[in-house]
Amino acid sequence: MAIAPPRGNTAANGTQVVLTGDTMTINMGPQHPSTHGVLRLVLDLEGETVTRCEPVIGYLHTGFEKTFEAKTYMQGVVLTDRMDYLAPLSNNLGYALAIEKLLDIEAPPRATVIRVLLAELTRINNHLVWLGTQALDLGAMSVFFYCFREREVLLDLFEMMSGARLMTSYIRPGGLMADLPDGWTALADQFIRTFPAHIDEYESLLTENEIFKERTIGIGVLSPEDAQALDLTGPSLRACGIPWDLRKLAPYCGYETYDFVVPTLTGGDVYDRYRVRIAEMRESTKIARQALDRLPVGPVMTDNRKVALPPRAELATSMEALIHHFKLVSEGFKPPVGEVYTCIESPKGEIGFYMISDGTGKPYRCHVRAPSFVNLQSLAPMSVGGMVADLVAIIGSIDPVLGEVDR
Amino acid sequence: MTASTDPTASADSTPVKTELYAISEQAAAVYAAAETALAALGEVVLETIPFRDEMTFVVERERIREIITTLRQDEQTRFDRLSDLTAVDYLPLGNEPRFAVVYHLMSRSNLTRLRLRVPVPEADPLIDSVTDLFPSANWLEREVFDLLGITFVGHPDLKRIVMPDDWDGHPLRKDYPIGAEEVEFSFNHEVIEAERPQSTAEREDRYRPERPVNNF
Repeated sequence: MAIAPPRGNTAANGTQVVLTGDTMTINMGPQHPSTHGVLRLVLDLEGETVTRCEPVIGYLHTGFEKTFEAKTYMQGVVLTDRMDYLAPLSNNLGYALAIEKLLDIEAPPRATVIRVLLAELTRINNHLVWLGTQALDLGAMSVFFYCFREREVLLDLFEMMSGARLMTSYIRPGGLMADLPDGWTALADQFIRTFPAHIDEYESLLTENEIFKERTIGIGVLSPEDAQALDLTGPSLRACGIPWDLRKLAPYCGYETYDFVVPTLTGGDVYDRYRVRIAEMRESTKIARQALDRLPVGPVMTDNRKVALPPRAELATSMEALIHHFKLVSEGFKPPVGEVYTCIESPKGEIGFYMISDGTGKPYRCHVRAPSFVNLQSLAPMSVGGMVADLVAIIGSIDPVLGEVDR
Repeated sequence: MTASTDPTASADSTPVKTELYAISEQAAAVYAAAETALAALGEVVLETIPFRDEMTFVVERERIREIITTLRQDEQTRFDRLSDLTAVDYLPLGNEPRFAVVYHLMSRSNLTRLRLRVPVPEADPLIDSVTDLFPSANWLEREVFDLLGITFVGHPDLKRIVMPDDWDGHPLRKDYPIGAEEVEFSFNHEVIEAERPQSTAEREDRYRPERPVNNF
């Protein structure tokens, strides 16, 4: 019986094979399940060590910035949903605030409080998807199911108020699409009451899990100096020890009146990014609770008739209302000539809208400073020098949404 | 009761329109300091435009790196963060020069934001890269290069980022038509290939200026 030649350093014909230190260039993605969308990476590997990592993006480029220029300001809201499809309400909010600044108006108090409530619920929603997929990437399957169970409750809430689970388009320039429906606050209250116990549940699966800790502690470390130079924002920056949160530093929507802390850790690795996001979910629950408790009564859309559609009942009796309705639907409102840059703290970092108005009903230019796009630049410094298997953990920890990266 | 007996309410009580978005005193001081710091470089600030609570400086293209370095190092301004970089095409408005590169600077210490607008002519669409000053500008400059066709001199790796490498034209330019080309599939590939403009010049000839821009 022939004995199989030994594997490894000896070839089939018996000659010794010397492994040279040549680097190998391999392609990861764009359809790799762990790249969270259509992210493609060109990697140089020396053995299993990453020596170069170059993200190649653009597979989801749909020209949102060009499309904005062809839509009225109100029509543009639906485009913002589709950029970061895990946190559409945050994007709606940033866009609405930019246009309100152009118009020099403000949303009524009830709308502002509901905006804060929804911004925090959408932050929880975003972090749940992130947590589920991050754990799934590292082999922890059940966390994904637990996270999506709670996410389903949130999506039901979003569907109840806006009619859509993902593409809400609910926060609009001037206020909200409509008031919250009957029974919504009771369901939201129930969610906020039960959610902290669910966070404990996720933590019991991961925080002290030996395998999870082995895979994340000391992985993808970024120094605070590098993080600031690369303009990293959001939870990833806060995990580097910098308490940078626009809700505290440049409050909008009355965030200065809410009681919350900015979770900050100093490790700068994947594990600390995980713990910062977990702590953020707890803080978001606190803010949502305060917003729900202080919900004032009143209109949810500005009374400025040059911006908001007139009430349906008036159309039959008031000529002026009819004219306003016709002009707003056919041409849209026309902000004065000027340019603004408005940014908010989205679940991923600073999302900024740079809008230029030329006095017509459509934006002259709308540029989006997408947090995922800027944050993704940090992937290379985080992953070079590490193992290729850790790259999967690092991509997940940056939490990129490719719809927003490519726009 | 306390509200109705407000001593500051005057008899005629004309409602005073409060500015919702106004430049704060602290920010105004920073902008004044920025102007003073830039005055040391000579006549680099062409115009200052306040709008709502924001300030725009229109500055000279040739000295953009000096301007940004000065604003970053000056003790009172400390604009040490580049939060956004983009560009605008002013073709339909007839502004001269045609393009403008826009920098959104922010100070981490005094939390003030400043916008720098740098006019860039069409004949010579070049500007110095700031990638070595702000590493975060790397992809943002590539995006502007890709979508508006402005070249950043000194950028370490200037190539297209979101469009395919062999793409013809720059989609965010205002003379680039929206929706004028059919989406390409395998069954209509040949028809589209036959009608495709063969060069950027041909594309521009075809769409400028009689075809209205961005008008469905």
